Amino acid sequence: MTRAPMKTQDPALRQYIELYEHNTGTLDAHSAPVMNALRPRALEVLRDTQLPSRSTEGYEKTPLDEMFAPDYGVNVARVNLPVDVAASFRCDVPNLSTLSACLANDAFVPSRDLAQRLPEGVTFMSLARAAREMPELVAGHYATIAPLDQAAVALNTLLAQDGVFIHVARGVRPDKALQLVEILSAPVEMAVFRRILIVVEDDAELRLLVCDHTQERTRRYLASRIIEVKLGRNARLELCGIEESSPLTSAWSGLYMSQDEGSESLLNSTTLTCGTTRNDFCIGLDGEHASARVTGMAIGGGEMHIDNFTSVVHASPRCHSDQMFKYVLDDRSRGAFEGNILVEEGAMFTEAYQSNRNILASPDAMMHCKPQLVIYNDDVKASHGATTGQLDNEALFYMRQRGIPEAEARTMLMQAFMVDVIDSVRIPGLNERLRHLVDRRFAGSLGDCKGCINS
Amino acid sequence: MSEILLDVQDLHANVEGKEILKGINLTVREGEVHAIMGPNGSGKSTLSGVLAGHPAYEVTKGTAKLHGVELLGLAPETRSHEGLFLSFQYPVEIPGVSMVNFMRAALNAKRKFYNEPPLSASEFLKLMRQKREIVELDNKLASRSVNEGFSGGEKKRNEIFQMAVLEPRLAILDETDSGLDIDALRVVAGGVNKLKTSKNATIVITHYQRLLDYIRPDYVHILYKGRIVKTGGPELALELEEKGYDWIKEENK
Repeated sequence: MTRAPMKTQDPALRQYIELYEHNTGTLDAHSAPVMNALRPRALEVLRDTQLPSRSTEGYEKTPLDEMFAPDYGVNVARVNLPVDVAASFRCDVPNLSTLSACLANDAFVPSRDLAQRLPEGVTFMSLARAAREMPELVAGHYATIAPLDQAAVALNTLLAQDGVFIHVARGVRPDKALQLVEILSAPVEMAVFRRILIVVEDDAELRLLVCDHTQERTRRYLASRIIEVKLGRNARLELCGIEESSPLTSAWSGLYMSQDEGSESLLNSTTLTCGTTRNDFCIGLDGEHASARVTGMAIGGGEMHIDNFTSVVHASPRCHSDQMFKYVLDDRSRGAFEGNILVEEGAMFTEAYQSNRNILASPDAMMHCKPQLVIYNDDVKASHGATTGQLDNEALFYMRQRGIPEAEARTMLMQAFMVDVIDSVRIPGLNERLRHLVDRRFAGSLGDCKGCINS
Repeated sequence: MSEILLDVQDLHANVEGKEILKGINLTVREGEVHAIMGPNGSGKSTLSGVLAGHPAYEVTKGTAKLHGVELLGLAPETRSHEGLFLSFQYPVEIPGVSMVNFMRAALNAKRKFYNEPPLSASEFLKLMRQKREIVELDNKLASRSVNEGFSGGEKKRNEIFQMAVLEPRLAILDETDSGLDIDALRVVAGGVNKLKTSKNATIVITHYQRLLDYIRPDYVHILYKGRIVKTGGPELALELEEKGYDWIKEENK
């Protein structure tokens, strides 16, 4: 049997395709049929495409072909890798009683007695296991929201073997938040493909905190993660992500969410430390009266590179969206923000807002921002604003005149700049914790995972 | 005679390459109140900015000593720790920085400079309460961001409140009367008077004589074109009020 010729010229992609072709059996054996069923389609897409490069619109500052190019190992046989899972469970948010689990590379490790402690109607487990035990439920949503025709999505679908499945049954509103601690750790340089599927049924609610860490900080890692979210009618989701990884970590994360009528989402993304990070937030407001608020902050230092991309599609009337991203960039760090709002023809009475404000704290830091509004009807309230500037020198002088040393005054002003993003987080207890983490980050005392865990 | 607190000699300073101060000489002793008056553009605010160390000003010549310590090479925060306080003409709004955190940072930085331990939370709050009373500053302002949403009068009261907390040796009040109604003026001036001791001193920069009815100066200086052209007692302010600045301009053509 002859194989279809490989059209893709993308060497980054070719190595993964070859990896898949040589290991199809092993890969499938360590995953689940529902996930395996999508791989041939993903492969077909990949044969005809390339990963977004510097010349691909929307990826000019963070080309994925370069991010995925290095020859990383992939743990297709899913051998147990030494991950200090116990350490990750210390990654607790005080005052926040969480039902927690760890994603050690792509393996789901629940905290002790998690299954017993989960409220009735809440599922929080390994995706592969869920796909084996509840194939119909998982198949009904898996790879239905993330666009498989995009190379990065197809690549993740081709190689992802496990991840997390969260399901909240109709009408269930648990009073506790869930927490997922994602850890990268391996004795070799490794690429990890993670898949998270979240289904919040009608009238249900979910609060989720996702913390990203790199345990072994002296090696290069690549993380590809897709989060697919389905929000049912009048469902509510609050999802807060905090990345505190290492300078050698590259991460692409794509969040794809479909919101039914009356649903509400609050997304927050905080990048404290990283290597190269690209986050895509793609939100479809598919039912009337749905609302989405997306906030993000990035604190750049050293050589960090942080790129946030949003796409909010108003497909139904009377929906509301609001985006607010703030960056403070120091040293030689790079930031990018591209915010897209698309209001479709039938989406009357839309309200859509976007703001991106940035501070360059060093002459060598750089910020790129690109707000884009595309509006196809007349009954719309929409606005966008983007500013990039420096710390307010008059405020700085005022503080110094009162005796506050310059470095401390600068830190206070940078913290103050982030206050509204921090305040957008509603998960009880997390707000204070986030403030504390941001304080520590600005004070320069975050640098490894311990910073976020203890104290 | 009491000790010299501020000693300024032949002070010259530029803003964006243009000379604004052209040889200021000024001596202020402990326990004294000095008023500096002058028409717009004479260099009053430049003088206060230069003494406080605002980075926009470039000192080209001269010295300025505070209790014997040369100020001009020091960072603004160090000048503050040495006992210099500037009440701003336009107090800066700092959204996101609470008054409490701001004052705690300022006070503890000063304590650190003098090798004193930081105040405990309860000591600090007690001090804030005491000092607020001096200028009748509303408690609710203390929980807000620095100057954010404060009225003009509240901002000026807040300046004097901060002065009360930091207990400077030398306070420079830059146009503290601007934007104040008569009641607020009385409260602010009353606060300044309450803070007066035999060891500290105040320089009042103002356009109008009005403020000097409330804060009685020992000396009045007239600044014109970057120089102090006339010095007298309180009666000089009254003379200015009566005649305006034209006769000064005539004399110094």
